[in-house]
Amino acid sequence: MTAQEINEILKAQFGDAVLEGKLENVPDPFVKVQPERILEIAAFVRSDERLQFDYLMCLSGVDYKGKLGVTYHLYSMVHRHKFVLKVEVPTETPNIPSVESVWKTADWHEREAFDLYGINFTGHPDLRRILLPYDWEGYPLRKDYQTPEYYNGMKVPY
Amino acid sequence: MGLLDQKFESSNVVITTMDDLLNWARLSSLWQMQFGLACCAIEMMAASASNFDMMRFGVIPRATPRQCDVMIVSGTVTLKMASRIKRLYDQMSEPRYVISMGSCSNCGGPYWEHGYHVLKGVDRVIPVDVYVPGCPPRPEALIEGLIKLQEKIRNESLVQKKAV
Repeated sequence: MTAQEINEILKAQFGDAVLEGKLENVPDPFVKVQPERILEIAAFVRSDERLQFDYLMCLSGVDYKGKLGVTYHLYSMVHRHKFVLKVEVPTETPNIPSVESVWKTADWHEREAFDLYGINFTGHPDLRRILLPYDWEGYPLRKDYQTPEYYNGMKVPY
Repeated sequence: MGLLDQKFESSNVVITTMDDLLNWARLSSLWQMQFGLACCAIEMMAASASNFDMMRFGVIPRATPRQCDVMIVSGTVTLKMASRIKRLYDQMSEPRYVISMGSCSNCGGPYWEHGYHVLKGVDRVIPVDVYVPGCPPRPEALIEGLIKLQEKIRNESLVQKKAV
């Protein structure tokens, strides 16, 4: 199924929740969707007969300066088609519903995005740091992150 | 003992100093701590494997710090790992030695500027005896570092107390 057809199915089902996107002349066609409806959309694209996105290839956090985003790379093992969903939230209130209940693999991916970007995935069963130590302060992959002078008595800068 | 047999074939008495004897024994059985941190660990494993065979120098990997003489810090020391390395070093019994292998553990390597998570040199937490440069160093370089450490041990004295 082409990106346009997938986009039309989403538009027909969710209407205003599907925002603008780029479907042509890109390696991975995507649409942005409203963050508060991502769980609903995820459950739909996974279970719908025409789409059947049964594989969440990657879930990544992004810092757009002022906005934080999450990108969902989806693949269907049945139909062999790919699609990308994107959501954006303000940095001050980075709350996005967790899709862990739809794709189990999102568990650790969301923990990673929480760890490095501070995105709060509401409804996640176990949202804690996964890579950094538990006593780490701040979210290192944010653009405005300042490297600390010391961590547990160890000097950090060169 | 092969070398000594050929050297002293007509004699059964060898006279040496206590220091030389102890140092010879110590430098010939440098048991290594069995752990690796990053890509340098692959080269360390290659150095241990049959082509380079570090075991001919008496380097045997041991899985507990209590039985180890030398710790080869092979790879990037993250801040999360640094406290573990410090603890492992503290658990080793003296005399103990540290070989810092590769740019990362020498000085932070490619993470020197933007590595918020990397300790810029393992010598910030534990004392280092030999630095092996390279990214990663080839097994020959690691073995050279090991020989340098053996030279250092050969010139030490366990009997004579060092001035503090």
